[in-house]
Parts: sequence; C-alpha cells; structure tokens
Amino acid sequence: MRLNAIWVYLASQPLLWLALTVTLFWLARRLYLAVGGLALCNPVLVSIAAIVCLLLLTGTGYQTYFDGAQFIHFLLGPATVALAVPLVQQLPVLRRSLAPLSVALLVGALAGILSTVALCWLLGVDGRTLLSLLPRSITTPIAMGVSDQIGGSAELTVVFVVITGVLGAAFGVPLLGRLVRSDPVAGGFALGVTAHGIGTARAFEVNEQAGAFAGLGMGLNGALTAVLIPLVVWALGLQGAA
Amino acid sequence: MVGAIATLLLMQLAGTLLVQFLRLPLPGPVLGMFLLFAWLAWRRQVPEALSRTAQTLLENLSLLFVPAGVGIVAHWHEVAGQAGRITVVLVLGAAITLVTTAWTLHWLLARARARGPRD
Repeated sequence: MRLNAIWVYLASQPLLWLALTVTLFWLARRLYLAVGGLALCNPVLVSIAAIVCLLLLTGTGYQTYFDGAQFIHFLLGPATVALAVPLVQQLPVLRRSLAPLSVALLVGALAGILSTVALCWLLGVDGRTLLSLLPRSITTPIAMGVSDQIGGSAELTVVFVVITGVLGAAFGVPLLGRLVRSDPVAGGFALGVTAHGIGTARAFEVNEQAGAFAGLGMGLNGALTAVLIPLVVWALGLQGAA
Repeated sequence: MVGAIATLLLMQLAGTLLVQFLRLPLPGPVLGMFLLFAWLAWRRQVPEALSRTAQTLLENLSLLFVPAGVGIVAHWHEVAGQAGRITVVLVLGAAITLVTTAWTLHWLLARARARGPRD
C-alpha cells in the first residue's frame, strides 16, 4: 500500500516524466552504442517505444506525461536557432554550391510530395489521411500549420512527421551507403530534406559537415514545402477528396 | 554561456514576432535560425561561447524529439484501421525522397567540380 501511495504522488509530478524521459533516452543511447549503431536500435525509436509501454502499463494519459516532458520539448526552439552556428562555419562550401543545392532542394521537395500522393492513390489511403501525410518530411511546427491549412489533421501529421524522422534516421545512412561519408554535403542535405530535425540529429553523428547541411536542408525544405503543398493540393484538386 | 542562451532565445523571439506580424508561413524558430545565420555571416566570426552552447544542444538534438513522438499513443485509434497501408507510404515515401535528393545533389556537385574549380 505504501508503494502505491508513493506512485500516486510521483505520477502527479512533472518531475517523474521529465526524469524518466531523460534517463530512458540515456539508456537507449548506451544500448545503441553497445550494439554498434544498429539502425533498429535507434535511441529515439527505443525510448519512444519504452515510454509508450510504460504509459500503457500504468494507465497514464499523454497529457500527464507531456506536462513533465514539455520542458524537453521546449528546447527544440533554441536548438533550431542554434543550427545557424554550424551552417555559418560552412559558408564557403555553401556559396560555391548554391545552384546545385537549389536544384536538389526543388527535386527533393517535389519527390516527397508526389510520391506520397501516388502511393496513397495506389494503396487507397483516404483523403483526410493523405492530406495529413503530405507534410511528413518537414519540421513539426511548419507541418502542423500546413496540415491545418489544407484540411488535414495537425495531430495526425505530428505522428507521421516523427515516424518519418525516425525512419530516416534509422535507415537513411545504411540506405545511402557510403555516400553520406564520401559526400557529407549531399548525404547530410538529403537527410535533412527527408527526415527534418531527427535526420539532422543523425547527420551530426556522422560528421559536423553532414549535420550543418542537414540543418540547411531541413530549414529550406520547410520553407519551400509550405508553399508547394497548397499549390499541389489545388492543382490536383485534392481538397475535395477529404 | 548565459550570453549564448540569451542570443538563441532572443533570435527565437525575434523570429516568432516577425512571423506573427508579417503572417509568414514559417515557424518562429526557423526564421530565428535564418536571422542568427545572417547576423553571424555579417560578423564573419562565431563567438566562442555561442559555438560551445550550440554544439552541446545539437549533440543532444535527438532527445528533444522524444516527447512529441510519444504522442503516437494519443492518436493511435485514428490510424489503427489503415496502419499497414500508411506504413508502406511512410517507408517508401521517405526512401524515394532520400535517394532522389542525395543522388541529384551528388551528381550536380560532381558535375560542377568537373567543370573546373574556380577557387
């Protein structure tokens, strides 16, 4: 009974979920290093799975969890601003490669949007889910805004954004093979364009230059896709489908 | 370090305010990133403390996505019915975007290099 009272007290405190999030992530990262960077053991994936299990086992609601975890979530803002620092250190490369970067950005953004539309049509995914899936490759705050604007569900979009990020981080480097290491500009940029902040975090683990260009890809793709998606939705008449 | 944190937060604040008043389709922190980039590029030098603080934050960037990811528990019922199909879209869509972007840029960079380095 005593233990139960302690649990009831702890579970009502933001500190419990804050401490658990940080601790589980730390353990997940140690596990990831212990298995030699195996993609399936991606620390974001493992800690999300562990916390989800814990919430389900203890019957805790997401809101209770987020009351504690929001302190970590808040740091995403300053961390996004901080991406400017490694980027400015890459200024000479950036200046030299402006045209290739612009073309690759446009190609990548269109590939992301059109592949989603084509796959949803092929598989028969319903209209509202399709609209929520479209902004899956861009950073959460932009994705939510875009989803709302075109008639999707912003909450669903967040889930798809995080899954895409985790997929990109887990399988991006193995999928691109040696390219990420031999050409960190192209590999990193693609990770940022595809898997936004989570892909960028993974790119920083490969090297500083890959991380810097991933951050650039994330920022530019966010801005471009926010403009492109409403255009594509309008051009293909997708809004009526929802 | 306090100065560096103040810089980051002020840039985020400036970005957020500009987005509000100019009704831009961008989140405040992303505009804050472009503002800080412009300021640092103009100064031609990154303050040591800012560089260290940014590095610490970015080394632990993955952790910051965990709270949002756990949100999947709150929305599971909405996607449970077509979870398989959605997974296929997410996996193939991500793979197509990743490979297309990486190879386009890799090819263009190699071509630019082959045409002769100007510097």
